[in-house]
Amino acid sequence: MSIGEMIRESQVWKSIFRHPMPQDRRNRIVVMLTNFFLHLHPVSIKKQGIALSYTWCMGGVTFFLFLVETVTGVLLMFYYRPTIEWAYNDILALRDVTSLGVLRELHRWGAHAMVITVWLHMYRVFLTGSYKPPREFNWVVGVILLLLTLLLSFTGYLLPWDQLAIWAITVGSNMARATPILGHEGPGQQLLNIQGIDMITNASDARFALLGARFVGEETLNRFYILHCIAIPLAVALLLAIHFWRVRKDGGISGPL
Amino acid sequence: MHGSYTDFIEGISPFLGGYYLALSAMNAVMAFYLWHYKHKTGQAVFWVVVSFLLVAVASAAMGGSPLGIPEDIRKFIDWATGPVIYSVGTTALLVIAYLARRWLVQPMVGWSLLNLSLVVMGLSMANMNFAAIVTKPDNVPIVGLVFLLGFFTWLATAKAVENDDRAREGLPPTESLDNEKVLVWPDLVYTELICMIALTAFLLVWGIALQAPLEEPASAVKTPNPSKAPWYFLGLQEMLVYYDPWMAGVLLPSLIIVGLMAIPFLDFNKQGNGYYTIEQRKFSYIVFQLGFLELWVTLIILGTFFRGPNWNIFGPFEYWDAHKVLALNNVDLSQYFWVDGMGRGLPKAPAGSGLGTQIGYILLRESPGIVLLALYFIVLPPLMAVTFFRGFFAKMGFVRYMLMANLLLFMVALPLKMVLRWVWNLKYIVAIPEYFLNF
Ligand code: HEM
Repeated sequence: MSIGEMIRESQVWKSIFRHPMPQDRRNRIVVMLTNFFLHLHPVSIKKQGIALSYTWCMGGVTFFLFLVETVTGVLLMFYYRPTIEWAYNDILALRDVTSLGVLRELHRWGAHAMVITVWLHMYRVFLTGSYKPPREFNWVVGVILLLLTLLLSFTGYLLPWDQLAIWAITVGSNMARATPILGHEGPGQQLLNIQGIDMITNASDARFALLGARFVGEETLNRFYILHCIAIPLAVALLLAIHFWRVRKDGGISGPL
Repeated sequence: MHGSYTDFIEGISPFLGGYYLALSAMNAVMAFYLWHYKHKTGQAVFWVVVSFLLVAVASAAMGGSPLGIPEDIRKFIDWATGPVIYSVGTTALLVIAYLARRWLVQPMVGWSLLNLSLVVMGLSMANMNFAAIVTKPDNVPIVGLVFLLGFFTWLATAKAVENDDRAREGLPPTESLDNEKVLVWPDLVYTELICMIALTAFLLVWGIALQAPLEEPASAVKTPNPSKAPWYFLGLQEMLVYYDPWMAGVLLPSLIIVGLMAIPFLDFNKQGNGYYTIEQRKFSYIVFQLGFLELWVTLIILGTFFRGPNWNIFGPFEYWDAHKVLALNNVDLSQYFWVDGMGRGLPKAPAGSGLGTQIGYILLRESPGIVLLALYFIVLPPLMAVTFFRGFFAKMGFVRYMLMANLLLFMVALPLKMVLRWVWNLKYIVAIPEYFLNF
């Protein structure tokens, strides 16, 4: 008996995989049904649905990049402290000291790539008309995912706490000042006025809620860190589950009716 | 200045040498493919010649004197770069590409265009100012985005043209030919595995080759010039030139999201579901491409590569000089109407008048713009419903039609506002700074 066979005959192996190797038709079907990770997929699929020239694999690539970001992101959290005192130095150390400093490169380029691939995925879905019935709802879920992807990237941009970071976030969040009614320089902000006292000031408006302060500072770093590492990833994970489930329920990858 | 130029050429030459060699190899592979698999000897010979020429270009670069764009042409391009040429030019390119799509989707035409754009890119890289902007670490992905979008647009168009031709002959789209079912294991699972490995390798190479940017520590007092939002929001930052923040930063982004979500509910066309086509869904195709390629992507490119200090526009080979001053003299519509047109001052409430009177005077002052906006947003939709959107209105019903018409009008308002700015220096159509309400 070879070592491979010995392993495959062992009780431990059999407790995990409840069928022989997927080498014949029956077991290739069984593997798809009994493996948690594989059961996202159907058992069989139209050839056209997996043609690279049709889907560009862009949804799949986006999902994979999300996983890469999750793994590298968790590892980066070991090295990074979200305070004004440490943030910049920790990133500097990733570059100059930490032997796995390339994690930061992977995370940053992966993030840029994810923004690009999610656009390309949307572009493909539009061009094949795959948002049409019965997939309208999944398109809407997708748009929210697109928004969350951009917000993930935006909140992450601040964390290195260098000039690039705070000014990009300052420029990006300045617009919230002008939110109608809720921004202190927005149209209609005078409407929220109780007995002559403005309710919407630069210390209570939409921008303040986003930044946690009147300018990009310590509170902002904390807020963005939590949004970036916990809140938005959880939301994305939930929506992705819905998105994939709906791809199956809507009849699999689209194709000519 | 000249010392640094020599340094620059010395630094970039090996990179360009490798770059041209890669292009040369790419063409050699194509020549082999054409000759061996397609038996097109004539075309193969042509690409072999191109490949050899690229080797020559590569060796010039390796030898420390990379070819560049001639100075006169560079000067001309810089001189011609401006908002009008850029916007009109990109729009014209897209329209031409759309009209000439049947010609463009031929594989050899696509291949030639790819070569051409890569070579022009290489030639331009020999210029210090161009290289400085393009090789900024955070800008590299956008260069990638441009090429990826070009490629995928080409691919999708090729498939659409083929399907449209088939439809004319009464044949089903190519996508329905491969209707055979295959098992997901191994067919899809292995493809996914290979994709994941290739992507990981790609990310690792990218990560090792290009260091992530880290500038000086954050300082709330040293404002960089230009201050740019992250690249994917540069389209919005560009809109800030033409709109107030409440429009560019809040209302329009919300409308983009709402508009995208609304697409499946507005597009009542049942054709073109699950296959590439252009002719069966011309209207939605053109609207989407206008919004995505022209108003979203090209504005991002403009913001990334052409917007320099003080948010001035710079040519691709121009030095980003923070002292470049452009006279900005934008005028509100009310000013044009009352002062220039009627030859009198702006209507102004008498000192000490009540709130109602003041608002009345403001409305009077802005009445030309308010009338214009009312015509655009209130009169135009029903007018369109009884003219060229008559068919749409009948099929969509009142609510859906109005939503579609208004989203469309908001989208088209952006290029209109841009043109008004460039041609008449028009600042705001309605300007009520008293209430932060400018449009
Ligand atoms: C984090 C972002 C996203 C991920 C990871 C993701 C993932 C996927 C995957 C893996 C598929 C299977 C088919 C394929 O690979 O093309 C898919 C299909 C789909 N996606 Fe997404 N997606 C994302 C965002 C979006 C966005 C932004 C949209 C549209 C606005 C969208 C709309 C759809 C639709 C309608 C389908 C069904 C397509 C068909 O059946 O042909 N998704 N998505």
